[in-house]
Amino acid sequence: MTPATEPTNPLEEHIGQWREYLRRRRTIRPGDVDELEDHLRGQIASLVSAGLASDEAFLVAIKRMGAQDEIANEFAREHSDRLWKQFIVAPESGARDAASRRDAFITFGLGTAAAVALKSPILFGIDMDTDPEAAFYVRNASLFVFPLLTLYFVWKRGIDARLWRWLAGAFVVAAVAANAWQYEGEADTFVLQVLHLPIALWLIVGIAYTGWRWNDHAARMNFIRFSGELFIYYVLMALGGGLVIALTVALFQSIGIDAGEFVGTWLAPCGAAGAVLVGAWLVEAKQSVIENMAPVLTRLFTPIFATLLVVFLGAMIWAGGIDVERDVLFAFDGLLALVLALFLYTISARDPDAARGPFDVVLAALVIFALLADGVALAAITSRISEFGFTPNRVAVLGFNLVLLVNLVWSAWLFIGFLRRERSFSAVERWQTTYLPVYAAWAAIVVVVFPPAFSFA
Amino acid sequence: MDIGKDLVAASSTPLILAIVAEGDTYGYAILKRVSDLSGGQLAWTDGMLYPVLHRLERNGHIEGYWGESETGRRRKYYRITEGGRAELAQQRQQWQAVDSALRNIWFIALPVRRPAFATWRVRIPAPAFS
Repeated sequence: MTPATEPTNPLEEHIGQWREYLRRRRTIRPGDVDELEDHLRGQIASLVSAGLASDEAFLVAIKRMGAQDEIANEFAREHSDRLWKQFIVAPESGARDAASRRDAFITFGLGTAAAVALKSPILFGIDMDTDPEAAFYVRNASLFVFPLLTLYFVWKRGIDARLWRWLAGAFVVAAVAANAWQYEGEADTFVLQVLHLPIALWLIVGIAYTGWRWNDHAARMNFIRFSGELFIYYVLMALGGGLVIALTVALFQSIGIDAGEFVGTWLAPCGAAGAVLVGAWLVEAKQSVIENMAPVLTRLFTPIFATLLVVFLGAMIWAGGIDVERDVLFAFDGLLALVLALFLYTISARDPDAARGPFDVVLAALVIFALLADGVALAAITSRISEFGFTPNRVAVLGFNLVLLVNLVWSAWLFIGFLRRERSFSAVERWQTTYLPVYAAWAAIVVVVFPPAFSFA
Repeated sequence: MDIGKDLVAASSTPLILAIVAEGDTYGYAILKRVSDLSGGQLAWTDGMLYPVLHRLERNGHIEGYWGESETGRRRKYYRITEGGRAELAQQRQQWQAVDSALRNIWFIALPVRRPAFATWRVRIPAPAFS
């Protein structure tokens, strides 16, 4: 680390700039920059003692150092691995080293805490493997993990105690609301609660993530990016975790021990809880280090989903209308939710100043097809409601599709305006970030209002 | 005088190893020493020294460690390892063989037509594969 440079010293300023340029090279690490800077200073000092003015000495020293491109290439040849292994948990320079180690330490502490929290109800005799009590875990899973994730960001962003009390309060309210109702047997409102509670709680995580700058449009966009990256990391960790679990069970089976119960009630749930924290930490730590994954995946899957939607709509017209079976409608809404997420991440990954390109047309097509599909789903659900009356599931589906419809109509409008060069891309971005709380609000309504409103059906 | 790129590259390893073998040192000092030793004829592009140092470090010939400069700045020093000394000895033998071959042909063989028996002087050892 360079000590704070004095703004009045032009030489320090030059060296700072040179450092900054060098730092952007992927193959040159911070330690290397320090080493090269030491060299540059040595050269300048000896030139100055030979009678040159400091700015002349700087120019000569730079020239002798060689072109940055060539140096970077030479480093790349020696350290070709660095083109791959960009992710260094601990940067090489001193002060950041300690900070990132502390960060890792706290993350793993919180991850362990999440796992412990998840298992703590055992102390009150609530087991995972007995049926009515397992429902307790299903319902509260996000309430065990998200508060710790929020705590991580409260710590990381240094949120004031006066402010984060509100976040803690929100979690308490959510916990009460989620557990206030007792169900008998299988209830639809229970399933809906389980599905919607994490969405509502994710808003609280978001407020903590943005460091209480939730009203800042850019901060919300970052939160969208974070969510996408976290999702990808989580899936990757889940794949690895699945492998560990399969191997554990197989290994112990071979020596005649049944590890299934241990894995099912301890290893898998604890791992799943801890992985959320670890994933969040990874996204934070590597944020600017590697090319993010979400933009790449969205590029791949946006055309695929656009095609899927148009083929589905075509097939539906050909087959004569959507099958209004409940499961089909759920799957259809799942698809629409996925398309919406894809759209969000694509927007978050797009450079707002980039010129309009073919990919934007594909994206616009995705929005319009999604809008059509949403219209079809809405028609199906309203006809079902008018025929068979209101049930919690139907109202939930109706609400979801309406929330989506408003977003998609306005998005399509803005997007077409963008393609017609009537407005900039940031209008589309802004609309999406403005709309984020609506999802959480709708989810909260489903969690809090639905069970009593439908008398726990 | 410009020395060819290949020759600069080939001679950099023994030069750097020999300089580091004199005592722990750092990049800029190595470069200065090279310049002094060659009377300014061997001038490397400064930045190119570091990838070479890192390669030697990776091969275990030298070891880098962070210390402080006279002004209290972070500075990376290098010290030679046992492997480095062995490598240096080997390089030295190879370069001496090349050197003696060139001397033989330039300073002894050139002026006079060489009698047949004089060829025994030229001893080129089998190339060492390292």
